[in-house]
Amino acid sequence: MDVMKKVPVREQDPKVRATNFEEVCLGYNDEEAKAEAERCLKCKNAQCRKGCPVSINIPEFIRSVQEGDNKKAYEIISEDSALPAICGRVCPQESQCEGKCVRGVKGEPISIGKLERYVADWARENGIVPEKPATTNGKKVAVIGSGPAGLTCAGELAKLGYEVTIFEALHEAGGVLVYGIPEFRLPKETVVKNEVENLKKLGVKIETNVIVSKSVTIDELFEEEGFEAVFIGSGAGLPKFMGIPGEQANGVFSANEYLTRNNLMKAFREGSDTPIARGQRVAVVGGGNVAMDAARTALRLGAKVYIVYRRSEEELPARAEEVHHAKEEGIIFELLTNPTEILVDENGWVKGMRCVRMELGEPDASGRRRPVEVPNSEFDLELDTVIMSLGTSPNPLISSTTKGLDVNKHRCIIAEEETGKTTKDGVYAGGDAVTGAATVILAMEAGKKGAKGIHEYLSNK
Amino acid sequence: MYQITKAEKLADKIFLMDVKAERVAKSCQPGQFIIVKMDEKGERIPLTICDYNREEGLVTIVFQIVGASTERMSKLQAGDSFQDFVGPLGVASEFVEEDVEELKGKKILFVAGGVGAAPVYPQVKWMHEHGIDVDVIVGSKTKDMLILENEMREVAGNLYITTDDGSYERKGMVTEVIKDLIENQGKKYDFCVAIGPMIMMKFVCLLTKQYDLHTIVSMNPIMVDGTGMCGACRVTVGDEVKFACVDGPEFDGHLVNFDEAMKRQQMYKTQEGRAMLKLTEGDTHKNGGCGCGGDK
Repeated sequence: MDVMKKVPVREQDPKVRATNFEEVCLGYNDEEAKAEAERCLKCKNAQCRKGCPVSINIPEFIRSVQEGDNKKAYEIISEDSALPAICGRVCPQESQCEGKCVRGVKGEPISIGKLERYVADWARENGIVPEKPATTNGKKVAVIGSGPAGLTCAGELAKLGYEVTIFEALHEAGGVLVYGIPEFRLPKETVVKNEVENLKKLGVKIETNVIVSKSVTIDELFEEEGFEAVFIGSGAGLPKFMGIPGEQANGVFSANEYLTRNNLMKAFREGSDTPIARGQRVAVVGGGNVAMDAARTALRLGAKVYIVYRRSEEELPARAEEVHHAKEEGIIFELLTNPTEILVDENGWVKGMRCVRMELGEPDASGRRRPVEVPNSEFDLELDTVIMSLGTSPNPLISSTTKGLDVNKHRCIIAEEETGKTTKDGVYAGGDAVTGAATVILAMEAGKKGAKGIHEYLSNK
Repeated sequence: MYQITKAEKLADKIFLMDVKAERVAKSCQPGQFIIVKMDEKGERIPLTICDYNREEGLVTIVFQIVGASTERMSKLQAGDSFQDFVGPLGVASEFVEEDVEELKGKKILFVAGGVGAAPVYPQVKWMHEHGIDVDVIVGSKTKDMLILENEMREVAGNLYITTDDGSYERKGMVTEVIKDLIENQGKKYDFCVAIGPMIMMKFVCLLTKQYDLHTIVSMNPIMVDGTGMCGACRVTVGDEVKFACVDGPEFDGHLVNFDEAMKRQQMYKTQEGRAMLKLTEGDTHKNGGCGCGGDK
């Protein structure tokens, strides 16, 4: 075995997986996990831990894996993370823990994400569940939203003895973990449901079908329902469109709609009542993880799929692993390409998309080189479906109905970074609702900090 | 689970249900709607709130069978439950926020077509409860399809009923009644609320534009989440693209692009038709005459 290289992880064959919704990555078995754990240098001054937003004691849990004590490994991870089976799958490890790994200086870093997933899956398969605190302190905290920020915040507070109720607007708990990230990256029935069930075992109550701001307001939660603090983790769910001609045509979807129909409503499954447009020729506009998810979903529903992105491969915001998987499965990348118009047939359906080629000019405000149009480079793609994946912004429903809760010009809730404290007394916030669309792990970090902020607030009250 | 305490057939393919949903009953206002999901495999279906009882925590919904999901829903009886029932969604009617004294000085016309009588009813009732008499036109294809007649009569100032085939009261479209009231009976209105099939709202708006009569319509496009997340319900209003679920469902009818909205409503018609065939033909559905390839 080459100690400089990661133990390769088994994956479904690209040709096979392009036709199903089963998980792509199969994960490590016991031998593979131990072999990978062997590679860890167990650094005293562990850089990986500094790269982890929730500061998991990585060298220690890896040591336990190496020693074959998976239960202990799970306990170590659980001290800092409530959702390891999820993070092991969707964290951008390459820019966090693994990005700092000393092994990575000369060779490949330790496969920390795959080891975390291995431990979490082992714990689930072996029925290890977190223990409910013996007593509660009788203080009620409301958590709005059951995505990664809300789940983490609720878990932390429950462990501290608070009586936590999560209010979820949709009919199922999990937020972006259930409506956004597809089954083939994050299995819902096994992985996500289990993490949510674990929270319930900690004593957290989850009330679905409650839209805070419509069904009940934050002020009513305080005044009528006896909550002493509120954490807002309502995410960034509002889709963006380009504003180009033809965008209202039938067959143009936001990535949010396309993914929600498929992931939350299970449109891909025989027997689901929710329809989805099974296009033959689909273009996904955008280059982030959500764009990759939408493209790979359309592919699995039987389409020929293009990713249309205005910058070059280097600037693709998606994780390298996702781009790699998408290419393996046969997604066609039309890079340095920008749509200018959606072409519509006489019945109001998409028939194509006019695009223009781009080249990279001077760096813009984001530090990335600004794409500029190449003159006379227009061309048409023949399509029946266009999926816009241009990013999302926070939903203004809560901020617009809660007096004293300030937002910035991007409609993000203003909150202190270390505590999540907002401009309204007793109200804390974190995750995409505060930062705009980011990652699962950063939302978890914010959920954790929010819990700490609320604990300090209620302890001193 | 949200229990159905009453289920009633109002007319052919039109059903009314009372559902126990305390949070919704407590906070809903005229103009808003809800989303139901029958069971595990069910769609999320946006539906009109027809009435509410805050004390008993009940919300009354009215729906028409338009596809396989609503067909399935129509079979539910009192005692059965919806798995999910969420709301209230959307923005309340503008007048709810207005000064009641000022409203009392206004002449208001409500126009309801078909099942549109259901969302119009709580608005007219709200007016009645605030001491405001309004004129109401209810249009129906035929006498047997007319719903909520008695309820409406109790709360409306003047009620004008018209049927397309003349089988009950007036004969003709709602637009003809509007014309008659304004041109022959000397009625003047400050604003109009028109709710019904998209095509009816379009023609009402074309007419009221001629009279320069401000007209509010309620849009019922395709939706998934109902909270602004998916954008399926986008409607062009003037120069802007609005989401009916969070910006509406009520908009200035003179600015709505109805032709586009009607096209967008057809998005899943083929799939809905196939699902309906599959449901009604059951095991005999295998010839693929509907274009589904015979299914498996």
